[in-house]
Amino acid sequence: MADPPHRPTAPAQSSLPAADPAAGAGWVDAPPRMGFFTDTSVCIGCKACEVACKEWNGVPTSGLDLLGMSYDNTGALTANSWRHVAFVEQPRPAGHGTAPVAGNPTGGPAGPASVARSADTVTPTGTEPEVLPGEPPAAARTTEFLGMPAAGPPGRTGSAEGRSDFRWLMMSDVCKHCTRAGCLDVCPTGALFRTEFGTVVVQEDICNGCGYCVSACPYGVIDRRVDDGRVWKCTLCYDRIGAGLTPACAQACPTESIQYGPLDELRERAAVRVATLRERGETQARLYGHDPDDGVGGDGAFFLLLDEPEVYGLPPDPQVTTRDLPAMWRRAGLAALAMTAAAVGAFLGGRR
Amino acid sequence: MPPAEFTSYYGRPILKPPVWTWEIAAYLFTGGLAAGSSLLAAGGQLTGRAEVRRAGRLAALAAVTASAGLLVKDLGRPDRFHHMLRVAKPTSPMSVGTWILTGYGPAAGLAAVAEVAPLLPTRGPLGLARRALPSVGRVAGLAAAVTAPALGTYTAVLLADTAVPSWHEAYADLPFVFAGSALASGAGVGLLAVPPAQAGPARRLAVAGAGLELFGAHRVENRLGLLGEPYRTGRPGRLLRAGRALTVAGVAGAVLGRRSRLVSAVSGAALLAASVATRFGVFHAGVASARDPKYTVLPQRARLDRRAAEPDR
Ligand code: SF4
Ligand code: SF4
Repeated sequence: MADPPHRPTAPAQSSLPAADPAAGAGWVDAPPRMGFFTDTSVCIGCKACEVACKEWNGVPTSGLDLLGMSYDNTGALTANSWRHVAFVEQPRPAGHGTAPVAGNPTGGPAGPASVARSADTVTPTGTEPEVLPGEPPAAARTTEFLGMPAAGPPGRTGSAEGRSDFRWLMMSDVCKHCTRAGCLDVCPTGALFRTEFGTVVVQEDICNGCGYCVSACPYGVIDRRVDDGRVWKCTLCYDRIGAGLTPACAQACPTESIQYGPLDELRERAAVRVATLRERGETQARLYGHDPDDGVGGDGAFFLLLDEPEVYGLPPDPQVTTRDLPAMWRRAGLAALAMTAAAVGAFLGGRR
Repeated sequence: MPPAEFTSYYGRPILKPPVWTWEIAAYLFTGGLAAGSSLLAAGGQLTGRAEVRRAGRLAALAAVTASAGLLVKDLGRPDRFHHMLRVAKPTSPMSVGTWILTGYGPAAGLAAVAEVAPLLPTRGPLGLARRALPSVGRVAGLAAAVTAPALGTYTAVLLADTAVPSWHEAYADLPFVFAGSALASGAGVGLLAVPPAQAGPARRLAVAGAGLELFGAHRVENRLGLLGEPYRTGRPGRLLRAGRALTVAGVAGAVLGRRSRLVSAVSGAALLAASVATRFGVFHAGVASARDPKYTVLPQRARLDRRAAEPDR
């Protein structure tokens, strides 16, 4: 780059609706916004992305965990897993769409005790990727083992009908690098910042582990590492992309399920891909996080999914919490006034 | 209320439950106690009730000291607590709160220190301090009281400005719960420490605080649909019910037992206990709502359905 972009002078705030978040954060002459498009229809669940991420970024091991629910033994994005390959086994024909608020895509209920046992992890890795049984019928679910199937990839036969009576859904999840990032908005130290590429990165020498960002992320991504006290998440390989390289996970992906590039290009490519899949009979194919008008202003890392987002453990309609912050301060101001009035009244309201 | 059947990834939570532990719940109490006590102290100062003033100032200093300790202890890296002072960020209620505490803490501290003036010798340099301290204390006490309402209510925004479903959706009413709880705990200090003859304002403060708190809590529990459930069930439900019972008992005791020092003191203790229970209840209700994916998926699905029903929003 001839003109290196300039560092922002003010702490980054993404509460302004910014089509270009880097410019919104004060970068001058920023390069184009970079991101990931993860096309789950070609994911084979090999987890090369998880491994490559750990290797390049020196992320500690999560220990040998067998969660006992599927081929997914990572469980969730945590401080020690910045890519997570979700693995859904369903006794459903391919092309099936789960009714949004009914049914159970991940098999019949298991006993809460066995769920709790299978969900334990061995080492302290940040938030445990555990199954937390709420009401047993709602949360205590695991899978039935379906044997080794033979099924063709989606979109090959011209029709999803009759290919198989069940399906595997695989998806490599990652930090969404939101346009309006709750984590970044609430960080009280300025440790989280917006890079010139429009991504969201933690400065590990600043973070004091207050944990606010963990509760502010609508996707449950960012996480505090137990033995370290600071928070960690995907940096979209800030060091690599700054040097013109591809992030480790995208580089390692053997099927180009993870695609890296300028967000504009990725969005165009994704629109073509989803149209193609639908044409071929994959009626449930849809994009997730691609829309700049959604509750977080669109994701820098977005996805092509083959079923409802919650089937993959994604929130169906995430919203950045700071959207309501002005209203919150107004209510707090009103309550503060009530407090003052009550105190004044208490002292003036009687002689004794 | 939407049906309880929903889809999830092996029943796993979508959100990360808060990594905050009991220290933050306890801080919600001590921060409120400091705010309520400073208001009580300023009232005592301005209306010439010396014992009310003294009790309020000393309680405020104790509470704000405990608050600072709790907040630092809850950090993943306590030795980096001062990184909070690098920036002032209006989008971060924690940053705003840091600066509120930075203004309030020294004022409350000075006001409390001024109370030792009568114990100092009348001559020498300390004699000078003895004469100067009361006016320093008056200014500091008023400064603390001016910041106190912010201190007592910003913590509601701190919780609400998260993705935690039952905290966020309660943002309209939580500030009233916390403001009321702060006033009631300040009143509790007054009832405990001051002879009944001077405790009239504390009694009225208890009534007003309890009213605000019960009003807010009722709305939190009943207006949020599914997201009110964590406030009514399980451990948070028990804590909030206990808080309500203690509040009612404390106010009743304060009003009916106004001639008895013992009944007043017990009522004051009940109000303090009520505030602790309420704060822990609200805290744990949020944690419960983040842990169960149904509180994430069902309200968002309902929102999508509403939007689909009226395409122009
Ligand atoms: S997904 Fe979560 S951690 Fe990633 S940028 Fe968005 S709010 Fe922050
Ligand atoms: S834990 Fe670190 S990155 Fe997260 S909000 Fe606190 S200081 Fe910022």
